[in-house]
Amino acid sequence: MAAISREEVAHLARLARIEMTDAELDHLASEMDLILESVSRVQGVAGEDIPPTSHAIAMHNVMRPDVVVPSLTPEESLSGAPAREENRFKVPQILGEE
Amino acid sequence: MSTPIISQTAAQMSAELVAGSVTAVELTNAHLDRIAAVDGDVHAFLHIDREGALAQANAVDASRKAGEKLHPLAGVPLALKDVLAQKGVPTTCGSKMLEGWRPPYDATVVTNLKKAGVVILGKTNMDEFAMGSSTENSAYGPTRNPWDLSRIPGGSGGGSSAALASFEAPLAIGTDTGGSIRQPAAVTGTVGVKPTYGAVSRYGLVAFSSSLDQAGPCARTVLDTAMLHEVIAGYDPKDSTSINAPVGKMVEAAKKLDIKGMKIGVVKELGGEGYQSGVTIRFNEALEALVSAGAEIVEVSAPSFEYALAAYYLIAPSEASSNLARFDSMRYGIRVGDDGSRSAEAVMNMTREVGFGKEVKRRIILGTYALSSGYYDAYYGSAQKIRTLIKRDYDAAFVKVDVLVSPTCPTTAFKIGEKSNDPVAMYLNDVCTIPVNLAGIGSMSLPCGLAPEDGLPVGFQIMSPAMKDELMYQVGGTLEAALQSSWGKPLYASAPELAVK
Amino acid sequence: MALNYDQALEKYEPTLGLEVHVELNTASKMFCGCATDFGALPNTQTCPVCLGLPGSLPVVNAKAIESSIRIGLALNCSIAPFSRFARKNYFYPDMPKNFQTSQYDEPICINGYLDVTIDTDEGLKVYRVDIERVHMEEDTGKSLHVGGATGRIHGAEHSLLDYNRAGIPLVEIVTRIIPGTDKYAPEVARAYVAELRDILRSLGVSDVKMEQGSLRCDANVSIAPRDSQTLGTRSETKNVNSLRSVERAVRGEIIRQANRLEAGERIIQETRHFQEESGETRSGRSKEQAEDYRYFPEPDLLPIVADPAWIEELRLALPEKPSVHRKKIQEAWGVPDKEMAAMVNAELLTTVEETVALGAEPTKARSWWLGEISRLANEKSVEPTSLIQPSEVAQIIALIASGELTDKLARQVVEGVINGEGDPRMVIEKRGLKVVSDDSALMVAIEAAIASQPETAERIRGGNIPAAGALIGAVMKATGGQADAAKVRELLLKHLGQG
Repeated sequence: MAAISREEVAHLARLARIEMTDAELDHLASEMDLILESVSRVQGVAGEDIPPTSHAIAMHNVMRPDVVVPSLTPEESLSGAPAREENRFKVPQILGEE
Repeated sequence: MSTPIISQTAAQMSAELVAGSVTAVELTNAHLDRIAAVDGDVHAFLHIDREGALAQANAVDASRKAGEKLHPLAGVPLALKDVLAQKGVPTTCGSKMLEGWRPPYDATVVTNLKKAGVVILGKTNMDEFAMGSSTENSAYGPTRNPWDLSRIPGGSGGGSSAALASFEAPLAIGTDTGGSIRQPAAVTGTVGVKPTYGAVSRYGLVAFSSSLDQAGPCARTVLDTAMLHEVIAGYDPKDSTSINAPVGKMVEAAKKLDIKGMKIGVVKELGGEGYQSGVTIRFNEALEALVSAGAEIVEVSAPSFEYALAAYYLIAPSEASSNLARFDSMRYGIRVGDDGSRSAEAVMNMTREVGFGKEVKRRIILGTYALSSGYYDAYYGSAQKIRTLIKRDYDAAFVKVDVLVSPTCPTTAFKIGEKSNDPVAMYLNDVCTIPVNLAGIGSMSLPCGLAPEDGLPVGFQIMSPAMKDELMYQVGGTLEAALQSSWGKPLYASAPELAVK
Repeated sequence: MALNYDQALEKYEPTLGLEVHVELNTASKMFCGCATDFGALPNTQTCPVCLGLPGSLPVVNAKAIESSIRIGLALNCSIAPFSRFARKNYFYPDMPKNFQTSQYDEPICINGYLDVTIDTDEGLKVYRVDIERVHMEEDTGKSLHVGGATGRIHGAEHSLLDYNRAGIPLVEIVTRIIPGTDKYAPEVARAYVAELRDILRSLGVSDVKMEQGSLRCDANVSIAPRDSQTLGTRSETKNVNSLRSVERAVRGEIIRQANRLEAGERIIQETRHFQEESGETRSGRSKEQAEDYRYFPEPDLLPIVADPAWIEELRLALPEKPSVHRKKIQEAWGVPDKEMAAMVNAELLTTVEETVALGAEPTKARSWWLGEISRLANEKSVEPTSLIQPSEVAQIIALIASGELTDKLARQVVEGVINGEGDPRMVIEKRGLKVVSDDSALMVAIEAAIASQPETAERIRGGNIPAAGALIGAVMKATGGQADAAKVRELLLKHLGQG
């Protein structure tokens, strides 16, 4: 695996929404190299026929009935809000659209 | 002179409470006093809920006085790892990100504890978001090992293990994603159990790696651990991965003290070269004790275990990168840079930069990488396949033996700061504990002596098949009894006296 | 000069694909027990799970799974024997966990189709819309943008978030590229969404109210020069909140793209937002820097293994398909294809059915709803059903049949009902619109007419029956049109010895 560049780390930091300084990116890039070198051992160990395991204890169809249970009060829901206006969470202006 | 109450086991405290020789309030106060006296040095707690604890203790005393039927652990104090939500009580996960956050709800573990009348003293220190093996990654400063204050108490649950070893609490809750209950137990001479995945509800456990995380009981003895296990375990419809089956009889198993005819497998790949000599010596002594107790020791090979560490350091960061995305300053937690000029996006970026520590950011970036398009198959996908291989190794082993054993970690407690600049060396601490999490099985660490070279506790790991957690209690209880009779006293009683302030 | 739609179609061929999001009408949310009531006070239907509080965990709503499977079956899909949830990772303030729990490569239903009928120049034509997948996911919260002039996201000073909608179950239905629609792309798009909506309504799985957002359509449109073998770059138009808008959005987007290409510009792959007022689309987020959603299986949820027996049970219990139902109705009422299509396209079939069910004659019910009432609705730019109830229309038709109202009077009654003057009986009462059927009152008017036109009366007496028209007209005028003309004629002729 090719070494990971600072630009790649910067891209990952953007995806992860962490604003990093250049120094931090440099440092992380070199650390990532070391870590990736050691974790790359996983590659090619298991053959095509080996299925991936996402859940250690295999279960399926775990569901709940469609029954309404009491919500939190708005006071409780908003109790941790860094800012609020009436019963809504107040946040800075949103740039993107989706 | 009778043993001071705080040095007793939870079972003994329970007996005294039932006998009426001590009240829950007295017991709680004794522990609060102890915390006040020694926690300045140990720093096991991030938050002490004096008022809440005393209110709970009072309620237990009142119920007892009224003749109500109480749980055996009603009135016994406990230290709760700060990764579990407790309504109205600060819950930080050792992170600056959640400074000041008071959850509006209780984790199911907390609900179960409250129901049983267990008194929650406060929240214990941990590596930030449970990422670490030393508790040095806490945003609120490290916890120190009561056996040697210059050393780490293990991690991520170093606060819980240190609280037990320093007699600040007889019971504690930990969480274990790659060894965060067992490794701290090992390096502090205490007992810690990671139950089968799904045995204890994860509802209210702030997720690090959802498919690996499991809360579990910690104490100074196997029996106390078993008692606490039965309180916190059980089916919870709020956790989809919760196992819908009755909780096994852990206390009964811990009291059996009989392992005649049991087959115990020693995992070849978890030991030998690279393991501290004192660790190997004490581990082998414990094996002899098991043989004397009538067990048969068999060597078992688990060839895929050598890839476990690498798989873990892909799976856990990948899930973490997603689990920790919610910390964005919009709904709770700290908010940085909101001066009216910045966008929500910019504020998120700044908050996450400031709110997360180095190790957390390192793992988020690693996980983001492992999941990103073009790398998924090579990293995350390959790691999930390794998981299958490790499960198969366990399945094959458990056909031959009842339980598997190994040292809990390759070394005793290292010095604070010794490995903090070498993440790969730090990650190696978890080499023996990680395969268990990847396979979802249960595992216990209990003390098996002090390493001759440094006089520090050594941990012995017992791994039992999924949903057969009783087996590790049966073996652990027997081993503990055998070792204690050879030592003449429990290991924790040999811990050095802490300076009392 | 800018190309119009027909000119654009001469040079370019459009390609269409549609993604429809449907909010299921379950009582509780997808992954928690919070209620899903529309219009509740902000953040009153939230809990640790749908707020994404640290430590919270999702548990799947069984009814949502069942509804999704029923939708798949109604759309002729295969139900996956094994499907599961995945996390779609991206940041957005209205998304509590900063990942959406969705389905990725293992959706619950795949490979279905839906046939829609369009009225083309060559007559009615059926288009088969292939459905690629039906998958489950959760809705986001809602943001309110405060400050700035527009109330829109741009220029806002801050935003306010309400998470009541967060976690409401959504089903996303994705078509494959719909081939060969050519100039009918806008009509096909509309007909598909309309048909889909009718199916969802018949299943009872959703409120399917586009204006409330319980059914939302994203239209993917691209165009390519007629001689080209490749597909053009597509845009994805969101914010399409009515059937009419679906049609307008597709049409508008084809025109916009054609004009861009004409001007030598290229089409950018992006999200666009439909503007209800102008019928145009406005650029949203560019997708050229492709998001990397880092999908992976949701570790907090377990796979869904659909039991074949259960699927069969659900299949057998499906309601009659709207298309089958329509065929039955058409036969029963004897409606010609074109008129049936007109009724369906006008969204009035159900309404007419309701009116017929209340006793109205089908032809009459149809002509009232598609004629006078639609005309008035059009004038007011509202839906016909918002003006008057089927029961009121049925009552008016009954009054005509019994001779108590003439068609002309009935139109006044309709007008009165729409103006809020009450139900038809009350309007008749208030406006005094009763047909004059009292013979003596009519006779007074008839005699007066004869007296004023003695020559005409003489000609009728002489056998010139057609001359009666002038006198009947005079009587009708005198009675303010409230007389039954046939009755007047009968009485007049009898009076003049011709009865």
